[in-house]
Amino acid sequence: MSDVESAPVGDDTESTDRVTDRGSVALRVDALEKHYGGITAVDRASFTVDSGSLTGLIGPNGAGKSTTFDLITGFETPDEGAVYFGEDRITGLDPHEVAGKGLVRTFQIARELGEMTVMENLMLAPKGQSGEALWRSVTPGVRGSVKREEAALLDRAWEMLEFFEIDHLWDEYAQNLSGGQRKLLEMARALMTDPEMVLLDEPLAGVNPTLEKKLLDRIHELRQEGYTFLLVEHDMDVIMDHCEHIIVMHQGRVLAEGSAADIRADEQVIDAYLGEDV
Amino acid sequence: MGISDTATSGWDLVRSRPGTFVVVLLFLALGLDLLGTLLTGEMAVADLGSLLWTGLMQGLIIGLAGIGLSMTYSILNFANFAHGDYITAGAFTGWSVTYLIAGFGAADAADLLLLGAGGSVFGAGLDIGITTTPLAILGGLVVAGLATIAIAMGVDRSVFKTMREAGGISLLIASVGVAFALRYIIVFIYTPSNRGTTAANLVPQFDVWVIDGMVQINAHDLTILVASVALMLGVHVLLQRTKLGKAMRAMADNENLALITGIPTERIIQWTWIIGGGLTGVAGYLTVLWRGTITFRLGWFLLLLIFAAVILGGIGSIYGAILGGVLIGLTISVSQVWIPTDFARAAAFGIMILILLLRPQGIFAGRETA
Amino acid sequence: MTDRGPMDRLLANPSVGRLWDQDIVKVLAVFGAIYLGYVVIGMASGLTVQGIFATLVQLTLLIAIYAMLSLSLNLHWGYTGLFNIGIVGFMAVGAYTMLLVSKPAASVSQAALVGGFGLPFIVGAIAGTVAAALLGLVVALPALRLKADYLAITTIAMAEIIRFTFLSASFQEFQLFGRTVGTGGGRGLLVNFEDPITRYILDTEWFASVAESVSAAMGIEGTIQPALETLVISVVLLGVVAGFYWVFSRTGSSPFGRVLKAIREDETVARALGKNTDLFKIKSFMLGCGLMGLAGVFYAVFFLGSVNPTAFMPRFTFYIWIALIIGGAGSNTGSVLGAALFVGVLFQGPLYLKNAIASVTEITDAPDTIAGGVAALGQLDLAPLFAYTLDNISNFRIIALGLVLVWLMKRRQDGLLGHRKEHAASIPFDRRSGDAEEGTDR
Repeated sequence: MSDVESAPVGDDTESTDRVTDRGSVALRVDALEKHYGGITAVDRASFTVDSGSLTGLIGPNGAGKSTTFDLITGFETPDEGAVYFGEDRITGLDPHEVAGKGLVRTFQIARELGEMTVMENLMLAPKGQSGEALWRSVTPGVRGSVKREEAALLDRAWEMLEFFEIDHLWDEYAQNLSGGQRKLLEMARALMTDPEMVLLDEPLAGVNPTLEKKLLDRIHELRQEGYTFLLVEHDMDVIMDHCEHIIVMHQGRVLAEGSAADIRADEQVIDAYLGEDV
Repeated sequence: MGISDTATSGWDLVRSRPGTFVVVLLFLALGLDLLGTLLTGEMAVADLGSLLWTGLMQGLIIGLAGIGLSMTYSILNFANFAHGDYITAGAFTGWSVTYLIAGFGAADAADLLLLGAGGSVFGAGLDIGITTTPLAILGGLVVAGLATIAIAMGVDRSVFKTMREAGGISLLIASVGVAFALRYIIVFIYTPSNRGTTAANLVPQFDVWVIDGMVQINAHDLTILVASVALMLGVHVLLQRTKLGKAMRAMADNENLALITGIPTERIIQWTWIIGGGLTGVAGYLTVLWRGTITFRLGWFLLLLIFAAVILGGIGSIYGAILGGVLIGLTISVSQVWIPTDFARAAAFGIMILILLLRPQGIFAGRETA
Repeated sequence: MTDRGPMDRLLANPSVGRLWDQDIVKVLAVFGAIYLGYVVIGMASGLTVQGIFATLVQLTLLIAIYAMLSLSLNLHWGYTGLFNIGIVGFMAVGAYTMLLVSKPAASVSQAALVGGFGLPFIVGAIAGTVAAALLGLVVALPALRLKADYLAITTIAMAEIIRFTFLSASFQEFQLFGRTVGTGGGRGLLVNFEDPITRYILDTEWFASVAESVSAAMGIEGTIQPALETLVISVVLLGVVAGFYWVFSRTGSSPFGRVLKAIREDETVARALGKNTDLFKIKSFMLGCGLMGLAGVFYAVFFLGSVNPTAFMPRFTFYIWIALIIGGAGSNTGSVLGAALFVGVLFQGPLYLKNAIASVTEITDAPDTIAGGVAALGQLDLAPLFAYTLDNISNFRIIALGLVLVWLMKRRQDGLLGHRKEHAASIPFDRRSGDAEEGTDR
């Protein structure tokens, strides 16, 4: 067992000032709408996510959570409405542009790059690698600096693997990993982009309780580093217990927004989830 | 409801789809230019009529062959690059029988079956034509269809069946291998020489008066017309009136349904090959009848044009394949008003590329991407 | 692989295994085996030494060309997942552009009615490479959003359009900056100028005397000079292949290559991580196409001696695909091995075998048609059919090619080395924090 508590991820000097340049609100969603043919998947949804928070987004199937994620991260373009990341208006930007600004997402069904090793998956993620320019990688003199940069990134990647306790799998092809390990890889890879905010799309789905605790512990630790998390989950208990701010969606609309206590007491939420243990 | 939301005015449509707008303008310009040349007498209406007639013939053949390709593309989810060589195989086997029947007694059976390989027999010498040897033609047509069915099913059983889960690209590459093998088996058997198959002077011709001149139509053109339309009608009846047809339409047109119900049953797949293969073989036979020559590359030459037709019409749509075929055929002919003959095929490819870029699902909205 | 045949037992031996691990050994072994096979078959059938030698150098030349093309295709398909079946189009553009630039001015006396700008070969080769890369850009820009099979159809359609253009009488001859240039239409263009190798090595007196001594030493009647010339050319081209390999392996073993692999695996993930995948695909496509153009230049100058549209038929594209699949898509070394095996065994092999057999057995008149062969089967006489097959070996081998491709796709899609996932980074990934290399300039 590695002593992960004493191995902070990311640059030591940055600690909780990760998102000061974003202001107190990391993400603001403003009257988003998305229609597919006759179906309204997202219906004038508005909410905010505070910097450095762990915010939860819940709702039953078909509530529009995944579509909202897609709209925020540029995988879909909203028909109406806007998305703001800090002061930046990111509505309708391409996914790679959104990620480039520091807003990264994971996928509900882990999309590990199967024929690449775990370490290759991680080393793919960091942004702005000079070696991603073709000429730099090929030209004899310049390739040296690419190597130096990769060596530095490699150190970070090793720390990340150790943090998630999957370092022994570094040379394994990602397709050979178990379901739980893939989830860890997915999160580790997203974090390697050195983001300001992470959208986690059902990271705990199909995950056993031990791993679930481990993941949540990691998320809390990372919050100490200053990352902002928006977490979509099905499991009410998890959201209620861990998120300081919760957004409830239902049939494409935002039903309620607030703390766990607020949500529990909300009439509309109770109506929508008739009989459920809130 | 969706359209009115996204395009409240014509200008919105132009701004959101500039490429389509430019292409539409281009076609309007070409159409006006054509009208101009007709009105000023620069080109006789009859000449245009001839072009249209030729284009229609070519288009019907492409459409007929395209039905099979469209069906396999949508039901089996891969682009079958061997399709061209199914056409060739149908042509050669069908014409072997035609030669045999037409030349029975007049020449050695082996020579006839090999289409006069080595210069032993000439089609023109056998007086082959729809009016002179109708039974030979009919027999050949039927055998062309049956043989191609057999080949298509044989190839499916030995190659594609075990690869059902393999993914479109692997199947495509495998089909390239099948194409090479099939084509060169034909070459190995029949030798590579091109041969003339019909006696041009024996085919009845009619001159039809069109406004300002004559359009020449011959009996073989009419044979193509009758045969292809009859077969297309037959497919239409099959699709609309029979249970099998309904199942096939469902599988081909509605991808979601296919996903829900799982991989299509082997029975439907077999019928796809039967119907597709039969039509394809007949198309091969007819193309040789129409051109009067037979060559081992005839199917390969048609293949890209057939892809163009199927993509234009929308993969999975039978009617799309027919319409697409006719449109491609007309493109090849009518484009010759503006560009030299050796670029006519390029025009058809150009249309295909445009469709892929602007509206990949085609006219009848088939599947959009791999 | 649970196969425990003799090959595996040999490789299981530790020292052999370690040696085999080196890629260069694999390449040498495969080349060596092919050459050995040719020599053995040749000697056993009484072919002359100069005949065998001439065959081997021609073979090497063609293998070099195929290796260049296979390596380029590997960048497109093996690394980036771009399904390019328009390879010959890019080769043609490379070759024709080079000729436009480097052919001497048109003159009736040289029987070359269409000429060029007479610039040095190097300039022409660069121009050809750039032209092919630019065509790659033109094709890539609109088409990269298309999924694999639609991209494939687009590339082959483009290649055919290019072939029509070069074939068409419309562009056969025209004036450009005061020179008579053109495509030569159906007749094509001659390479009627001296390439650097010919000028500086092969046409020298020194070389002629070397050729004489070698011919004498080998006890050959006549001269072995033509074969020696081809030998020099193929050695140079193998050097070019090494250059291609160097470029492609550095491209692949880098962050750039990493993104390409990610695009092939799952483009959505690459985009979600902030990579502008369109740009990467365009760069990869342009690099591969440019080098396909350069390969086309070498093909035209050193193998064909001329260009015309029939040298760039679609089947050539598929031959390169077969070579890549045999060797293993995704592996640069595999690309080279695949080229060698394809050309040596499947493509040229049958022709050579026919020569060998023909010089040993006396093939009495082969039947004109297969009917003769089939009829004789009735009397259990295989000879006529065999003779017919030999006569038509050139067509028969394509049947075998097709079947090999089908078999590979059904049973062994990875080919020889495709299962090996090339390391996509400029440094090894072992845990070694603290003594990371200072970044040597290599």
